Amino acid sequence: MAELTYREAVAAGIAQELERDERVLFFGEDVAAAGGVFKTTVGLLEKFGPKRVRDCPISEQAIIGAAMGAAMTGLRPIAEIMFSDFLAVCWDMVANEIAKARYMSHGQIQLPLVIRTANGGGARFGAQHSQAVENWAMAIPGLKVVAPATPADVKGLIAAAVRDPDPVLVFEQKSLYAMKGEVPDGEHVDQLGTAKVLRQGKDCTIVALALMVHRALEAAEALEKEHGISCTVVDVRSLVPLDTQTILAEVAKTGRLVTVEENPRLCGWGAEIASIVADECFWDLDGPIMRITTPHVPLPSADQLEDNTIPSVARIVREIREKID
Amino acid sequence: MKTTGKGRKAAVADDIGRETRLEIYRLQVELRYCEKRAYDLFLQNLVKGTSHLSLGQEAIAAAFGVAMRPDDWTFCTYRGHAHTLARGSSMTGVLGELMGRSCGLLAGKGGSMHLTDVERGVMGSYAIIGAHLPVAAGAALSAQYRGTEQVAVCFFGDGTTNIGAFHEALNFAAVWKLPVIFVCENNLYMEYTAIDTVTAVEHPAADRASAYGLESILVDGNDADEMYLTAVKYMNRARKGGGPALIEAKTYRHSGHSRADPGKYRPEGELEKWLERDPLKIYRERLLKFGFAEGTLGDIETEAMRKVEEATAAAKASPPPALDLIEKNVWADGGAAWRN
Repeated sequence: MAELTYREAVAAGIAQELERDERVLFFGEDVAAAGGVFKTTVGLLEKFGPKRVRDCPISEQAIIGAAMGAAMTGLRPIAEIMFSDFLAVCWDMVANEIAKARYMSHGQIQLPLVIRTANGGGARFGAQHSQAVENWAMAIPGLKVVAPATPADVKGLIAAAVRDPDPVLVFEQKSLYAMKGEVPDGEHVDQLGTAKVLRQGKDCTIVALALMVHRALEAAEALEKEHGISCTVVDVRSLVPLDTQTILAEVAKTGRLVTVEENPRLCGWGAEIASIVADECFWDLDGPIMRITTPHVPLPSADQLEDNTIPSVARIVREIREKID
Repeated sequence: MKTTGKGRKAAVADDIGRETRLEIYRLQVELRYCEKRAYDLFLQNLVKGTSHLSLGQEAIAAAFGVAMRPDDWTFCTYRGHAHTLARGSSMTGVLGELMGRSCGLLAGKGGSMHLTDVERGVMGSYAIIGAHLPVAAGAALSAQYRGTEQVAVCFFGDGTTNIGAFHEALNFAAVWKLPVIFVCENNLYMEYTAIDTVTAVEHPAADRASAYGLESILVDGNDADEMYLTAVKYMNRARKGGGPALIEAKTYRHSGHSRADPGKYRPEGELEKWLERDPLKIYRERLLKFGFAEGTLGDIETEAMRKVEEATAAAKASPPPALDLIEKNVWADGGAAWRN
């Protein structure tokens, strides 16, 4: 085990796959010579050269379209969209073209490609550089969607995404880039479609994703120590495919479900999980399902405002106490 | 510098080869007959949804169809029947897809606007304007990366030159010298609106080429020989690492934009004028002048009609797609499961 930051683990994941498979190439804006605006791809150009690690113009449609064309003709491209908000600029490519090509062509077209992007708030970037938009992708049939919360997971899930035969969007939470964590030595490949139980409790099951996983864990600690409420914490990790079996089993054990989402309220991923739980383990529930989300507003910029918009540890603790006490 | 006049003279003078010329003629006739049949089937309510015909634009598809290598890639728009057939795709598969039958190229899952035949290098028909230009550039990147000397050819209409993806793709392809040929079929109308009323330059593609360091290429899209020579020239250049080309081929569609459009916005006499310049008429007269026998051309026409009849009968006889296709092929495992 080595201790890496989340950003170093991103580079390690890409490097591992570039090393392994010549069909893999990586491109995006400022990713090669500059090593990425978040320094997530430092050293890749030096190691793999300009044929495989490429700087692109500010042309999101061209970047994602090119990834699609390269993937359908035998390569396994990794494309970076600098901020996930910019996906809106190339959403035609993602939602209309990439997601549907296999289905419409009756399986003739394969698109083994990865789109990585810096997602989510906490960095005071304001409403156009801070959105958590993984739920946009989740709503489109034909896209796989992961949002890793730790350095080990980001490396392993990037590797799994590259090796997957379908298009995968990897949402990296930009406020986690500096976070450190243990990453297994040597080749590390995770599995899409698997949630992780990070903590087992008796009273309540908190289901969270990406940055919210860490806040949920901290809240669970406080709830246990200060209020005697014992919580399970599940890291969803993969929205599509969705590991409903793990989630349902953990909800059944505690009889309570709380989702903690960075998405604005309407149609956040937690709504789908709440619906599945209500359908399939209603009789195991001891109380109403609770969703803790960002309110349905664009994200404000100032630190006091942003901190009071995205679910905080204090808010998670308070809302769970109010419902469960 | 425009290459128009020079190109046309060259087309007549150069020996394209008798076999090649016959093949170009045969393809044009097949595309014309099949497209007319698609319209008949629509009138019989056997073709549902929408369809966009290429009647009058056959020279471009046929010339490229003959000029391309079997492993080259075609990317087309929703007006893609002709380009798909020009790569040798099954007529039954095309008509069947338009009719929503299980024999369709996509088993009825794509429809008229999404014809795809990967085995024949038809990498899809794209129904969102401009989307396939970046995709074609990506395929070209793949060819360049693997050193295969394959070329991607991307066909689109004049309306596409005003959308962002067009400009992004041209810059992207030019800066990396990708082996991709962008072919603008300028048929004078974006959909219902005349292209010159909504575009700042006279030649919507050719006049934009210089912005990407590319040569301005304007050719007669109704002259199959000129199209063929242009295709060969720029594809050969692209194969050798010379980078992309943007070709504007001036043409005219004999029908409306889609099946819902009778084309009433066209000024009186315009269609008639262009019918005089019908690419099939031009080519047939030229072949006769070059000494091809009337009987040879007649045989090609008879055989093309026989193929269309055969394909129509086969498509009509084909059952509708099985309902289990609805949840097939979302993913590479063949299924549609999004959860465990």
